[in-house]
Amino acid sequence: MVDTPETSQVMSAADIDRALTRIAHEIVESQRGTTGLIILGIPRRGVPLAKRLGEKLISIDPGFDAAAHVGALDITMYRDDLRTAAARTPEPTQLPSAGIDGATVVLVDDVLFSGRTIRAALDALSDYGRPQAVRLAVLVDRGHRELPIRADHVGKNIPTSRSERVSVKISGIDEVPAAEETVVIIR
Amino acid sequence: MRHLLSTAELAYDDALRILDTAEEMAAVTSREVKKLPTLRGRTVVNLFYEDSTRTRVSFEAAAKRLSADVVNFSAKGSSVSKGESLKDTVQTLDAMGADAIVIRHSAAGSAAQLAASDWSEAAVVNAGDGTHEHPTQALLDALTLRRDWAAAHGQDSPRGTDLAGMKVLIVGDILHSRVARSNLWLLRTLGAEVHFAAPATLLPQGVEQWPATGHYSLDDALAAAPDAVMLLRVQAERMGGAFFPTAAEYTRRWGLTDERLSVVEKLTLGETGKPAVILHPGPMNRGVEISAAAADSPQTRITEQVANGVAVRMAVLHLLLSQSHQEESHS
Amino acid sequence: MTTSYLITGAKPYGEPAQDLLIRDGVIADIGQNLQADDAEVIDGTGLIALPGMVDLHTHLREPGREDAETVETGSRAAAKGGFTAVHAMANSSPVADTAGVVEQVYRLGVEAGWTEVYPVGAVTRGLAGESLAELGAMAESAAAVRMFSDDGHCVTNAQLMRRALEYVKTIDGFIAQHAQDTDLTAWGTDNAAQMNEGSVSATLGLPGWPSVAEEAIIARDVLLADYVGAKLHICHVSTAGSVEILRWAKARGIQVTAEVTPHHLMLTDELVATYNPVYKVNPPLRTEADTQALREALAEGTIDVIGTDHAPHPEQAKECEWAQAAMGMTGLETALNAVQHAMVETGLINWRRFAEITSTRPAEIYGHQHQGQEIAAGQSANIILIDPAASKTITPEQHASKGRNSPFRGIELPGEVRYTFLAGQPVLAQAELTQPVTERTGA
Repeated sequence: MVDTPETSQVMSAADIDRALTRIAHEIVESQRGTTGLIILGIPRRGVPLAKRLGEKLISIDPGFDAAAHVGALDITMYRDDLRTAAARTPEPTQLPSAGIDGATVVLVDDVLFSGRTIRAALDALSDYGRPQAVRLAVLVDRGHRELPIRADHVGKNIPTSRSERVSVKISGIDEVPAAEETVVIIR
Repeated sequence: MRHLLSTAELAYDDALRILDTAEEMAAVTSREVKKLPTLRGRTVVNLFYEDSTRTRVSFEAAAKRLSADVVNFSAKGSSVSKGESLKDTVQTLDAMGADAIVIRHSAAGSAAQLAASDWSEAAVVNAGDGTHEHPTQALLDALTLRRDWAAAHGQDSPRGTDLAGMKVLIVGDILHSRVARSNLWLLRTLGAEVHFAAPATLLPQGVEQWPATGHYSLDDALAAAPDAVMLLRVQAERMGGAFFPTAAEYTRRWGLTDERLSVVEKLTLGETGKPAVILHPGPMNRGVEISAAAADSPQTRITEQVANGVAVRMAVLHLLLSQSHQEESHS
Repeated sequence: MTTSYLITGAKPYGEPAQDLLIRDGVIADIGQNLQADDAEVIDGTGLIALPGMVDLHTHLREPGREDAETVETGSRAAAKGGFTAVHAMANSSPVADTAGVVEQVYRLGVEAGWTEVYPVGAVTRGLAGESLAELGAMAESAAAVRMFSDDGHCVTNAQLMRRALEYVKTIDGFIAQHAQDTDLTAWGTDNAAQMNEGSVSATLGLPGWPSVAEEAIIARDVLLADYVGAKLHICHVSTAGSVEILRWAKARGIQVTAEVTPHHLMLTDELVATYNPVYKVNPPLRTEADTQALREALAEGTIDVIGTDHAPHPEQAKECEWAQAAMGMTGLETALNAVQHAMVETGLINWRRFAEITSTRPAEIYGHQHQGQEIAAGQSANIILIDPAASKTITPEQHASKGRNSPFRGIELPGEVRYTFLAGQPVLAQAELTQPVTERTGA
């Protein structure tokens, strides 16, 4: 008998789009605008999500310069599990040429789980400068934090058990068309 | 990848992984905080049986930028001069907790022997073994070439690209050059075509079975329109008449003189119209294998090679000291 | 204690089975259904009877390097490997270049009693290649040396080689040359040749030992031997080009004989890619084409004999960088296996030819009257029984030699020496060493 994994979809492409729209509005509200705002995606899936957040921000505030203020922050070299897992080829880090000092940086990732990636991202960020504030936006919060870290903006809270896997398929990273983007729980 | 011993046995995917990682490492070296926490608490030993300040300093800088502890073990002034065996030395270093051993040795194969032995669990990096190989030199040369090749061909980033279609000419003492050997295999793996130009006395017997085109005349080799010209250092001990009559005759026939520089100035990177590049692993003998004007030409990439050396060695140490390459899990 | 043995049903040279009665050191009778009430019966069913092997090229290391091998341990290895006579090369310390040293080695061999040990005398004093050693004194000594060699070193000086060839005519001896042009192999320099020169050395970056460095010396020496009418033996021939020169020389009637080692018949320079110094040997392992040429030459007779070039080394001499490692491989206890694999199982030779190349011809070359004889009534009982159907994985730790540097480690090879009779005494029985002849009554 082959034990076939059971999957259930928790977000559709439309859900993902709605969640990003809402997060964009939340960011603008909490920042009272887009001045001094930098959106950094964490590779790999955080990068296209950050780009899309940037587009949403333009539609809210046409003055937002996404080309200059949306980038990527690679955390490969800051991970705490390099000895046991890892050895992924690092992805490019792209920061505004003016740097991050004094800015409000919103880190973007697909799934928030143990919090270790975000810990690594905070370390990486501090090697590049001293932001005025750092916020965290995630598409999915699945719980099971191992560090005192929480997200400021969450697309969807999804209670999971530890043994389950959350699979995010995003066009540009995964081989799916935009209309078939999903978040799925595999148990 | 557990060790880096040679480019002959370096797979295409691993070569690209090292080069891509090195691109990000190079980005780190240009930022204000030039340090990563990656290898914190880990120990890299530079075990140098041969003098090579350049290579040792490059590995040391690489390890330190990754926050590793660095131990330099030089054959001079150590128990090696009293005749301690490689085995005993390595077992001593292992007992001290070396996670990686970067070995430079005059004996070909010493890095491979160390890796095959049960003397140490450490990852082994070959930093030059006799006249066999010097893989990190070839990797830094490839990183340098790839950046020019990708840019000339309109790529935003060299990441993920190789050297397919590039024609690289290596000039000089192929017989005694670990740099030439490592470059040959890596360039071939990356899809480049390799040409050699050297007197017959400095080409190894059996070279005709290598995947390279040999020329006795540098002028003929330049007429074949290479995209890059790599000059090898002529060692002083070869100049005594055993391999070629005099340094002056070598320069006349195989040196990148001012006259030949004017030929190289007309060479381009493929059909792109961008100028061909000149490499030299250093240290140069100005006026012997390369004229002063050629050494200082805008086509020359010698300082880029040095900078890329640190990035490549960071990439290698990172990849060797991080464990298995499983698909990462969400955290 | 019994001194008579009745071997039943063994096949001499692999031919139809016979019974062999061994009594008082000789083969007393051979035939079908022999009876001898006083004899110990040995079941020879499935075994092949061959004349005891004779090795013209053995390094026993004593005196001077007793940590590597002694006459005693080397003799045990010989008995285990099926050799009833070995010839101990002169590169001991002190060098076997005087009557005193060769007599010492000879006496140690007799005392050991596992095989016959014949010291080889040095051609030049101290193997230095400058002046002739005391060839006459060694010939007249108790060791009665007939074979002279600087093995490990080539007699490079042509004038000295000519004189040596001439001089040994007067003592009915011969010169065994280690053919290696020292300049072409950069001998004695930091860049000394490390392996066969060719595409593998080019890739590995190890200084090459060109085939022409061997061939040039062989060509010169066969011409010298022809010119002065002397006997020349070429040690460890390793290249196809050498075979061509020897073929020409023999066709011309020059008194030249040649040997090849088991390892040069089987192994190639590709193995050096491991940088494991167990594969470092002089002359070096060559190419596949060379091994093929050597096998054919041995089958047809251009190469006369197998010489093991048994060269034991202590562990530390091989557990180091390639360039610093000692050259040489053990060979006494794997010769049968390697030659059976390379020559017999390939169909190149039968067991009769095997007996020629391992026993008859080497004994003839040296001039032994009681070794390498036909298995026939009345002949000295220096014979071996081998099991050609056996097969084993070579494990140097099981060897009697002190050397663990066998290039065949871990390889499964055919054949096993079951019995070695030295002067009628089974020094090896059921593949186990028993007692040396010196400890037997009546021996």
